[in-house]
Amino acid sequence: MNFFYNFGRYLMMLRLMLCKPENGRMYWEETVRQMSSIGLGSVGIVAFVAVFMGGVSAVQTVYQLVAPYISLTVVGSIVTNSSILELGPSITSLVLAGKIGSNIASELGYMRSSEQIDALEIMGVNPVAYLVGPKMVACLTMIPLLVITSFSMSILGGMVICQLTGLITYDQFIEGARSSFLPYDVFFAMCKAVTFAFFISSVSAYHGFHVQGGALEVGRASTKAVVYCCVLILLGDYILAQLLL
Amino acid sequence: MIRLQGISKKFGDKAVLEDIHATFLPGKVNMVIGASGSGKSVLMKTMVGLVKPDAGQLFYQNLELGEMDVDQRNELRQKIGMLFQSAALFDSLTVLDNLLFPLRMFRPAPKAEMQERVAYCLERVGLAGTENLFPSELSGGMKKRVGIARAIVLEPQFLFCDEPNSGLDPKTSIRIDHLIQDITNEFQITTIVNTHDMNSVLECGDHIVFLYKGRKTWEGDRRLILNSDNEPLNELVYASRFLQQFREKAS
Ligand SMILES: Nc1ncnc2c1ncn2[C@@H]1O[C@H](COP(=O)(O)OP(=O)(O)OP(=O)(O)O)[C@@H](O)[C@H]1O
Ligand SMILES: [Mg+2]
Repeated sequence: MNFFYNFGRYLMMLRLMLCKPENGRMYWEETVRQMSSIGLGSVGIVAFVAVFMGGVSAVQTVYQLVAPYISLTVVGSIVTNSSILELGPSITSLVLAGKIGSNIASELGYMRSSEQIDALEIMGVNPVAYLVGPKMVACLTMIPLLVITSFSMSILGGMVICQLTGLITYDQFIEGARSSFLPYDVFFAMCKAVTFAFFISSVSAYHGFHVQGGALEVGRASTKAVVYCCVLILLGDYILAQLLL
Repeated sequence: MIRLQGISKKFGDKAVLEDIHATFLPGKVNMVIGASGSGKSVLMKTMVGLVKPDAGQLFYQNLELGEMDVDQRNELRQKIGMLFQSAALFDSLTVLDNLLFPLRMFRPAPKAEMQERVAYCLERVGLAGTENLFPSELSGGMKKRVGIARAIVLEPQFLFCDEPNSGLDPKTSIRIDHLIQDITNEFQITTIVNTHDMNSVLECGDHIVFLYKGRKTWEGDRRLILNSDNEPLNELVYASRFLQQFREKAS
């Protein structure tokens, strides 16, 4: 019962976003602001996580490939494929669910509890369209870019670690990476990125927007937003893999 | 003109407003008074459409709020200015941007023109020179005044103020009362003020509605308020022991 109530309210929120903006320029400015805060604000953490992800998966792959008859160039293909297919989009989205999702939920939640959303409404601004819309547009454009950054950095990380620790050389790594690279994999990663971006932005906005009460509830909403986003990302990850691979 | 007909509202089992009838005329400072928790804020939020009443009708001129379509409602909202009890300033924006926001959204004009209007509004609430401060850098009373400035920046036809002078010193408080009175008379707007400050009631209450536990139990103008025979109202008016003694001596 509760699920249907929330799901209906969630759909209604999404529908309200499709109204005509009161003033296109203000919406555009807000979108650019969100893009810069969501995009640029997350590059650092995404790159940091990605480099280590690639490095660790390279080291672990080498550790598992003890048989002397397997060419070590395979490390390059495994790191590249797993970075593009899974580590890049999914891990990055989980990290971003924690960073962007909790941020959106607590910002909107605080605005709700301090009546700023009511104030917008009284002015005649559609608060869902003005507050949630730009955030969703920003997520849908910036998260795919962050995912590209992430798997690139992850591959790079794997390559550098292999060279530095003397496991295999750059050339061997690149040879392996090239031999198994499929452009379709990047398309698949982008599908995941867009889907997860939609989950992160809309679910966390929903939780923030419908906060009732004070600071305690804002904190709770932000935790809930992250948990739901993570669950949805993992479910969506599985479903997309089944459908598209 | 705003007219309420039988407005009722419950939160859960708790009846917060019960069968309220009232008419608020333009060019007058209408005041809603009542003790803390009597339902003033809820009534105001109901009037602007933030809270949906369980029963009753609410007319702006001759249009009923619940029957308006989206366009009519948005058009009306642009004629409403409201000061929230918590001021509800946008935290991420400076004072200047807070006031520019409605202007840029609904009445875009050359930058200098809009800034002039903002400076004029800030001047009227006595806060010239605070343009570049953030709400977190303001005191409670200053926030209230910025909230009033933001409410009047678009020259509203309907002005709602939820406790405009709580947290203000007596002098600033009177200044705000006069500001509200002046713009009400100057532009013939319909002003509704929630307050429990007797000073401002006596200073500028043209039409006073007294709420007691969610019901309207008295209404009239400020000359009548000092000698009404409504007991809860007298408790509010003569709250201090000094005034009570004074009143007993006089009678
Ligand atoms: N969202 C809500 N949910 C449940 N009850 C509420 C809600 N808002 C207000 N109330 C209840 O309605 C009653 C009236 O509240 P209201 O805020 O209107 O009082 P008030 O007259 O403005 O008081 P004050 O002078 O302290 O601001 C209170 O008893 C409050 O508990
Ligand atoms: Mg109140």
